Amino acid sequence: MNWLGNNLDLILDLSIEHIRLSILPIVLGFVISIPIGWLAYRFKLTRGLLLTLAGLLFTIPSLALLVILPPLLGISALSDANLTIALTIYAVAIMARSVADALGSVDPAVRQSATAVGYGSWRRFWAVEFPLAGPVILAGLRVAAVSTISLVTVGILIGTESLGYLFTNGYQRGIIVEILAGVVMVVVIALVVDYLLVLLGRAVMPWTRKQKPVRPQYERANAVGGGA
Amino acid sequence: MNLFAEAMAWLFAPERYVGGDALQVRIAEHLFYTFVSVLIAALIAIPLGYFIGHTGRGREIAIGVSGAARAIPSFGLILLLVLLIGVTQKPLAAVIAFVLLGIPSILAGAYSGLEAIDRRTVDAARAVGMTEWQILWKVEIPLGLPLLIGGLRSATLQIVATVTLAAYIGLGGIGGYIIAGLALRRFDQMLGAALVIVALALVLDGVFALAERLVVPRGVAAGRSPDVRTRSPRARAVAESSAK
Repeated sequence: MNWLGNNLDLILDLSIEHIRLSILPIVLGFVISIPIGWLAYRFKLTRGLLLTLAGLLFTIPSLALLVILPPLLGISALSDANLTIALTIYAVAIMARSVADALGSVDPAVRQSATAVGYGSWRRFWAVEFPLAGPVILAGLRVAAVSTISLVTVGILIGTESLGYLFTNGYQRGIIVEILAGVVMVVVIALVVDYLLVLLGRAVMPWTRKQKPVRPQYERANAVGGGA
Repeated sequence: MNLFAEAMAWLFAPERYVGGDALQVRIAEHLFYTFVSVLIAALIAIPLGYFIGHTGRGREIAIGVSGAARAIPSFGLILLLVLLIGVTQKPLAAVIAFVLLGIPSILAGAYSGLEAIDRRTVDAARAVGMTEWQILWKVEIPLGLPLLIGGLRSATLQIVATVTLAAYIGLGGIGGYIIAGLALRRFDQMLGAALVIVALALVLDGVFALAERLVVPRGVAAGRSPDVRTRSPRARAVAESSAK
């Protein structure tokens, strides 16, 4: 337990770094998955194409993706960009499907009513369909956020420091508490972010407060090839 | 793109297929760890999932556990278990970690497969005099099979990915080339191995996708993922309003 007392600063620093590395992929994944999810929802042809592609990207193990991306994109394997892009790909792969499903879950009668009262397709999307699809999209976002935060740790293998540092360092030095501290902090950060997303959802979608929240589909998300 | 050519050269070099570090040996190790772990996880999770799905008891706990498990970093879990169980027992510790990671998906596949069945179907089976065991074996399990295989698919892919990471503790598998390549800065080796891992994951995914389709009983559409937009919204709206 001595290790813990002497290294609280290290744990705090790594946690902050971990959160910093997690935010960009989650935000980018959310933003990119909206047009992709819309395309998948709107046209039959792109639906099959995009969702199959997302499913396949999903199956790529994280360590393999982190090795393949640098030569493919001409970036350094050791850069933060490598990890950020890899995690963004996983986040998009999770969320594109949930955006497509979410838009499909909007009552067609509501969509037609919006058209009938004069909404153009652009305004109808943002003012009617997107907010109504919100709860299901949020469920996908929560899964993506939790999986991203957990996957950041793999970055330590290619030299990106995060809470994953506590895993490799603790293993090399044989300090169980150090690894345990890393695992616990990752889980705590993931659960806190998950809860914050639920609160955010209630704030921006006040009409869902009385409804039962849409449960994240962990069954599907478990397919994340990263899984690590 | 030059590196991809080098990776191919590494991959198809004759010496890649001889000796103790041969590619086929590493692939066999990778598959061995994956299948053993999925099998053990399935033996634990399927009966439990069917119990939850059939009785409806313990559902909330199962969902909570599956959710929380998602947040556990598997790389950390492997290293933690190796230190806890002892560095001399690395394969055992790793397999325990893989099993723990595989259980939530299979559990979810098992109980959600039973849950997705129309209650009227189960009630009908009960009404014609089937015992609870008969309902489980003759109605619920066949109808829930596609979702169960979906759960096995998720678990398998996750374990394939995690076995790759377990190369860090010297477990072998294809990830071993990557971990060794990282230290030696052998990018051709790392990339070649990464491509093999991706191919392996895609093949396994394809096999399970096929199995999911094949096990759907004839005349049953349930269990297939619903297609969001197979009909125009107008046709759908008309169909729905006339149904009400």
